[in-house]
Amino acid sequence: MSTVTALRSRHLLGIAGLEPDEIDLVLDTALAMKEVATRPIKKVPTLRGRTIINLFFEASTRTRMSFELAEKRLSADTLGMTVSGSSVSKGETLADTARTLEAMAPDMIVMRHAASGAPHQLARICRSSIINAGDGMHEHPTQALLDAFTMREHKGRLKGLRVAIVGDLVHSRVLRSNVQLLTKVGAQVVACGPPTLIPPGLDALGVRVTSSMDAAVDGADVVMMLRVQHERMHGLFFPSVREYFRLFGLTPARLARAAPEAIVMHPGPMNRGVEIDSDVADGPWSVILDQVANGVAVRMAVLYLLAGGEERADATVV
Amino acid sequence: MDADRISRSLARIAHEILERNRGVESLALVGIRSRGVPLAARIARELKHLSSTDVPTGALDITLYRDDLMRHAVGPQPVIRRTEIPFSIDDKVILLVDDVLYTGRTIRAALDALIDFGRPRAIQLVALVDRGHRELPIRADYVGRNIPTSPQQSVQVRLLELDGLDEVELQG
Repeated sequence: MSTVTALRSRHLLGIAGLEPDEIDLVLDTALAMKEVATRPIKKVPTLRGRTIINLFFEASTRTRMSFELAEKRLSADTLGMTVSGSSVSKGETLADTARTLEAMAPDMIVMRHAASGAPHQLARICRSSIINAGDGMHEHPTQALLDAFTMREHKGRLKGLRVAIVGDLVHSRVLRSNVQLLTKVGAQVVACGPPTLIPPGLDALGVRVTSSMDAAVDGADVVMMLRVQHERMHGLFFPSVREYFRLFGLTPARLARAAPEAIVMHPGPMNRGVEIDSDVADGPWSVILDQVANGVAVRMAVLYLLAGGEERADATVV
Repeated sequence: MDADRISRSLARIAHEILERNRGVESLALVGIRSRGVPLAARIARELKHLSSTDVPTGALDITLYRDDLMRHAVGPQPVIRRTEIPFSIDDKVILLVDDVLYTGRTIRAALDALIDFGRPRAIQLVALVDRGHRELPIRADYVGRNIPTSPQQSVQVRLLELDGLDEVELQG
């Protein structure tokens, strides 16, 4: 069991700001939240009367739906805003958007933005709790938490676990959040991708970096595949999709190098035949759909834990 | 109350449950976390002893249904533990078990939670100790012991399974 009973901050901006005992608290709370989904009535009255704004400046299907479901299962009132059709497309700055929303007195704002650090700016302006649902190429904390929850569920522990993270490393906020979380809880991380898709300084974060997929997968307890983010690639990072798949695609043959009972993860959406073979994605080792189910429970835990915290009126701005 | 007194109370309650429900048919026990859970398990053992039947037993955490959770956004949220009710409560007579019955607010939360799991035929309340001072129209069907208290006092129930010994202590 976790040794703390509360998160220290009223925002969740990144894994960077979480201590290992806080990570344990979120994961333990998520375990209790997961049970709610098994009930005939999948809803509890916990956040009744709380207002949550989902502010998505970037396309998102699963994260947004996962947050919305988590909010509804806790009985919060929610409203969403998307970029198209909003005042943002009419030229409003982020700060003005934030102040406008703040005037409607929400309790929490869940935000996704293409710019790294956008939720941090929001946290300085707003009195509401801010939850980062992905900012640029920086962090995606709830994804790393649900990944850790899924690993713990299947492997029974995080400490000492060998985790290989393979694919488009440079564009991945999932990688950044996962590396921070996994190194904090004592897992061993190997990151693997083509040299053009490896961010400089990654090895300084306590991660072994390689461009050999065989070396990365060797003995791994968890193989986490990252999506090739074509939409963020404004240059030529690798010669062809076929060559990428040949060198970095996860196939059954390659997975055979991993530890017995190894699990395969993917934050989605998957590019079948690019980073992952269909036989692997649909195979018995795949926990990709468990990740989706666990995402709702982990987000319920985060919403619940942030709904407590300090008195709002005199809360300090971080 | 010492260990002996607690175990005799639970044995008597088991007898009363059988008498009132004319057997264990369609009964199920649900203990409220934390100390209602071992108490429910002990009553299940007594019922098994008396009727040679296993009564389904579950555990309920009422944190998500508390009425004081969101009233003041001050301080940490209570820690949530797992609810485990591995059977359908539809058409069952549910024996809801808690250690101390006081304001009745915990029971109100537990009733709301149970209703979300289905539609039991009836819910009956078992409390090891009734210390009075109800704030809601709730009463126990089976009571181990009535202990008159003042609101300033506190009643500590300690159970072997969680605390290493069995006792009920009145403090203050």
